[in-house]
Amino acid sequence: MIELTDTNSSDIAAEFMRARTRAGSPVMGMVMTLIIVVDEDGATDALDAAKDASHEHPARVLGVILGNGRGAGVVNAQVGTGGGWAGEIALIRLEGEVVKHPESVVLPLLLPDSPVAVWWPKDHPADPATDSIGALSRRRITDSAYVTRGKLKALRAQCAAYSPGNTDLAWTRITPWRALLASALDQHPAKVTAAEVSAERISPSADLLAAWLGHRLKVPVTRRTSAGPGLTSVVMETREGPIRIERSDGKLATFSSPGKPDRPVALKRKSLPELLAEELRHLDEDDVYAATARALAKTR
Amino acid sequence: MTTAARDWRANPLRDPQDRRLPRIAGPCGLVLFGVTGDLSRKKVMPAIYDLANRGLLPPGFSLVGFARRDWAHQDFAQIVHDSVKQYARTEFREEVWKQLAEGFRFVPGNFDDGAAFERLRRTIEELDEVRGTAGNHAFYLSIPPKFFGDVVSQLHEHKLAEPVEGSWRRVVVEKPFGHDLASARELNDILDGVFPAGSVFRIDHYLGKETVQNILAMRFANAMFEPLWNSNYVDHVQITMAEDIGIGGRAGYYDGIGAARDVIQNHLLQLMALVAMEEPLSFEAVNLRTEKLKVLRSVRLPTRLDLATARGQYVEGWSGGVKAAGFLEEDGISKRSATETFAAVTLHIDTRRWAGVPFYLRTGKRLGRRVTEVAVVFKPAPHQPFSATATEDLSHNALVIRVQPDEGMTLRFGSKVPGTAMEIRDVNMDFAYGGTFTEASPEAYERLILDVLLGDPPLFPRHEEVEESWKILDPILENWARKGKPDTYESGTWGPASADKMLARDGRTWRRP
Repeated sequence: MIELTDTNSSDIAAEFMRARTRAGSPVMGMVMTLIIVVDEDGATDALDAAKDASHEHPARVLGVILGNGRGAGVVNAQVGTGGGWAGEIALIRLEGEVVKHPESVVLPLLLPDSPVAVWWPKDHPADPATDSIGALSRRRITDSAYVTRGKLKALRAQCAAYSPGNTDLAWTRITPWRALLASALDQHPAKVTAAEVSAERISPSADLLAAWLGHRLKVPVTRRTSAGPGLTSVVMETREGPIRIERSDGKLATFSSPGKPDRPVALKRKSLPELLAEELRHLDEDDVYAATARALAKTR
Repeated sequence: MTTAARDWRANPLRDPQDRRLPRIAGPCGLVLFGVTGDLSRKKVMPAIYDLANRGLLPPGFSLVGFARRDWAHQDFAQIVHDSVKQYARTEFREEVWKQLAEGFRFVPGNFDDGAAFERLRRTIEELDEVRGTAGNHAFYLSIPPKFFGDVVSQLHEHKLAEPVEGSWRRVVVEKPFGHDLASARELNDILDGVFPAGSVFRIDHYLGKETVQNILAMRFANAMFEPLWNSNYVDHVQITMAEDIGIGGRAGYYDGIGAARDVIQNHLLQLMALVAMEEPLSFEAVNLRTEKLKVLRSVRLPTRLDLATARGQYVEGWSGGVKAAGFLEEDGISKRSATETFAAVTLHIDTRRWAGVPFYLRTGKRLGRRVTEVAVVFKPAPHQPFSATATEDLSHNALVIRVQPDEGMTLRFGSKVPGTAMEIRDVNMDFAYGGTFTEASPEAYERLILDVLLGDPPLFPRHEEVEESWKILDPILENWARKGKPDTYESGTWGPASADKMLARDGRTWRRP
């Protein structure tokens, strides 16, 4: 990584070019620009996840760390390629006045034509679509489970502020559950009369799963609190008896259905790079999330 | 190209818009015949584990091994365990293994042993009972074709091939699909007599590769290639599948079969069909098959087969810095074997699109490197406003689809050399699949086994295609059989001189892939 102190976007862009030439102009089929807006503490974890995800989605990754907004504006950056990245990386630290204008730093560094995604690994703006960086992006990824303040309300606020292109990693975390539940109903095409979702007290994923079940099945869904970790069980009541998925260790679940023997199912909680990679796989609006978010925003 | 005609309306949790939800197979089990073979251990078992790891197998999925071994269930589980540890693509996870291993069963017996098949039937019934496989079972015949007859008739006799109402039974077979038209028909009759055509899945693992499926995406989803995809612009097409290894331990299978039957009949002709076919009505199996069949049926062989084909046998040489023995010195090969290890053929496709555009297909063992690719070579520009010296270094434009390794596409065209007055040289534009998309593309076998369990047939050749392929190859093989022994080529080179002469007669040369 090359350090650039007190720099600007065109120097960063020039350094991208030099880094690429130094590496012998390797083929880089970069498919998107991924902007990560994070604080200093969260930067390492977020970049590690992005590095892994870059193997599936080679991207120009722009890590933006917003520092203290007081004083004259200073832009410092580290720029590099290779070293485990399938693509390019610039970690840009902003301080002073420029903290209020991060989009001016990012805009000249977006790859031509290809889509832009932004990810807020911790705290996110109340309305991502109107945020100055969010507005540059086609995809906006938030993570309500990891906000530092107002955990209880974060997801609801996101759902209320939904606009096309937004998704929350809480939604990505329940894809395996949803897949299993859907295939359970493929096998038992029975009418579900009620459902129940149990999870830790604060679990945006469980709230979304409950909202999804309620919206799709048009039945009341009860949300219960358990000791965790994460989601621990989902029950769908049918006339023949309950279809139940229980997972107490975050890894192996038991699947039971009426008239059938209980069966173990691997249902691991996904790692951050896997979640991010899944998110970046689809760059258009997630209609099912949209409907679920609207349903959740309406409840209570 | 996957949309199976399934009715999602019945399930309120399904939504066609919901592209996150993977296709998970319904309740089912797989019965594997020939558990000790290379293919089972290196490809099938790891693929099953990888599928389970990706959450694509149903809860209760069961795997039954059937072989001539005196094993208990645990011994079989151990074999699968070893194979998964060694060859699986995804990381080993204890909980996934636990889910899978509960469904392992082993049935010892010979392929003609009625009592063993009775045990198999009871095992399957027991699985339906305790694992909830619901009577859905696929029989994977990973065994030499000479045993197909025995196994299939035993399956029939013990009512294993007949599904109960609302369930399915399928059979999966691997190449070779016969060694000529007559034997292919015979083989098909055996299967056809017991399983309906829609329940027979022939695995051509090339069709499961992402890059091969991408041929269809590239051709039919884009606007910029299709206008050039015809005899107005294309000079000729070269399809190459080269291996750097020799026949290894496959002497018993390979001697008498040879490169043409082993590779051209299935992989190369299927690749050719995908490259040459017209746009299908949709990507459903029946429409894809119709278009592929049209290509295969319009193939015309050159009149002088001796001049338009070439074959060779590798002799001792240095291959990649290692001394390699000749074919005739390999263990288990007769000193007088006339089996070819290299085959090249010229084919014409008599359609408006391809008239006058030869397709050159070649394959071989112990060639320069391991590579499979399709090269579409374009005609020179009709007029060059540049002097002959300026374009000296410019060859034909070409579009190369790299199937393996280093999956991707190369576009080759002329560009000005900087600093010179006007000199034009070939440059490459590259798209690397591994670079742009996941480095963890699923293995072909994962995709194909999942498709079998889902009953999704577009990627499997039907017997009509197999028969058409043999109709193309049979006259060539007969010609060769009459003409004595194949030419020779040194190991580690790009085939016999006769192959180069074959193209030189048309005024062309092979690309170095």
